[in-house]
Amino acid sequence: MSSSALVEKTAFDLSHLLANKEVSSVEIAQACLSQIDRVDEQVHAFLHRDDQDFLAQARASDERREKGNSLGPLDGIPVALKDVISVKGQPLTAASKILQNYISPYDATVTKKLKDAGAVIGGRLNLDEFAMGSSTENSAYGPTRNPWDLNCVPGGSSGGSSAAVAAREAPLTLGSDTGGSIRQPASLCGVVGMKPTYGMVSRYGLAAFASSLDQIGPFSKTVEDTALLLEIISGHDPLDSTSFPTEIPSYSSAINQSLKPCVLGLPKEYFGEGMDDEVRNAVNLAVEFYRNQGHEIVEVSLPTTDLAVPVYYVIATAEASSNLARYDGIRYTTRSDRAQNAIDVYAKSRGEGFGEEVKRRCILGAYGLSSGYYDAYYLRAQKTRTLIREDFNRVFKEVDAILTPTAPTPAFKFGEKSDDPISMYLSDIYTISTNLAGLPAISVPCGFTKGNLPIGLQLIGRAFEESSLLSIAHAYDREHKFGCVTPSLVKE
Amino acid sequence: MSESEPNPMDIDYVSNLARIELSEKEKEKFRGQLGDVLKYFEKLQEVDVEGVEPTAHAFPRYNVWDKDTAKKPFSVDLALQNAPKSRNEQILVPKVVED
Repeated sequence: MSSSALVEKTAFDLSHLLANKEVSSVEIAQACLSQIDRVDEQVHAFLHRDDQDFLAQARASDERREKGNSLGPLDGIPVALKDVISVKGQPLTAASKILQNYISPYDATVTKKLKDAGAVIGGRLNLDEFAMGSSTENSAYGPTRNPWDLNCVPGGSSGGSSAAVAAREAPLTLGSDTGGSIRQPASLCGVVGMKPTYGMVSRYGLAAFASSLDQIGPFSKTVEDTALLLEIISGHDPLDSTSFPTEIPSYSSAINQSLKPCVLGLPKEYFGEGMDDEVRNAVNLAVEFYRNQGHEIVEVSLPTTDLAVPVYYVIATAEASSNLARYDGIRYTTRSDRAQNAIDVYAKSRGEGFGEEVKRRCILGAYGLSSGYYDAYYLRAQKTRTLIREDFNRVFKEVDAILTPTAPTPAFKFGEKSDDPISMYLSDIYTISTNLAGLPAISVPCGFTKGNLPIGLQLIGRAFEESSLLSIAHAYDREHKFGCVTPSLVKE
Repeated sequence: MSESEPNPMDIDYVSNLARIELSEKEKEKFRGQLGDVLKYFEKLQEVDVEGVEPTAHAFPRYNVWDKDTAKKPFSVDLALQNAPKSRNEQILVPKVVED
């Protein structure tokens, strides 16, 4: 099979080809590498590659299969990781200058799970520095470009993870989602991206941004592939005390069982002003699809919707200012040459090492936590967060899933929002609430604009009911497969 | 703090709290931008949160214990591999006590 045909395959198909010995893991790995060689100068999804290590893992997988010791459906399938997830012996920069020399001394739990499943782990994917941003323009190593239009952003913060799948550089990638950082770039790049329920996937070995909101999750061409990857990376982990002890069913089997008629809720607050017309039309067509399939569509109300962005930015920046205190110029970051004393080491190393948005958020977080402002900002935001959770709890008594657009607009141009923090923050308006409520949500490609930019549909599910959410998403995706359309820019 | 007009942020004071050195240009830029963000946050002051419990985690877990068993820690080399300055198996820092 030709290299260009291989990179267009889903992980599910590659897994079958491997099992039938129609292709080797080394051939798949080589196909990915030649695609990266061909397109990544333009796309810039990757911050780092280790081709030797990548091919060695693929060879080891082929040897296992040859001996009849295959480790399962992911054995031999390439998976690339956002540059905030630790892989022992590989760099982790979080797209920050302050970690430019850092080498991970240990594996993240998701990395260990992938290795145990035989996945071929390769490449470090670009992001907004420390996952703070919605466009990947905040990377200290240059932005990633959208494979559908190189003048547009890929979304963020996991823009490298979404662009790598869209550009056919990797069949599967992992990102992290604190306020939409998986779903929004998935939407803007026309691929599937999912944030699991808070606590489903261990955060051990993930460079923390906002610990009460961060979750690791998959990117892929199809919902089926996301199910396959999610069942490997999920599960309780004693190394993450917020990890939830719950049974992980086989999502990839669950989604192929027949789907009973569901009730889908459309929150009226999400369908108001600020939504692009082409996004609205594409999402309405998806709604019609579900209705025609015999599912019930009801209007629901989430009155706290307009509070989610301010609540999020108070809580996320407060947690970030505390989490990022570890980048202090002492133990494992770059240290300023100008530092004369201990305070200097902190302030100058961080001043030189952090980019603009990271500084802005750490300062905002420190302000919200500071004496005299804590009650007005942080505590009040935490209380409002309770109201947001209660809103969702009430709606989920009536519906099985909530259906919304993932982002209010398709991919926007570079520079369009980079000097206006609030306008950038509002590009996450439909995704942020689910992090505050801890709920699982998935973005599924649902069409294109006239200008050929992808549009994403978001489905939000009940906590810890990933099987149900994935089944509902798969019912749509199986019939449409917009994520399997390859951008012409990256086609051979 | 008044309900409608938030105090402008004292950028020198807060950047020192955050231990981040800023250039004059950055201070100027952030002053305006963060002022706008704080105005945007004012929306929260209108919410009735009387008697509402704060949420720190969506699904809080309490008393998560680990078994008290010895585990193999990092070797000294591994623990120090990312330190910007080290000597004699220790991290080197500027002097922190006064003479």
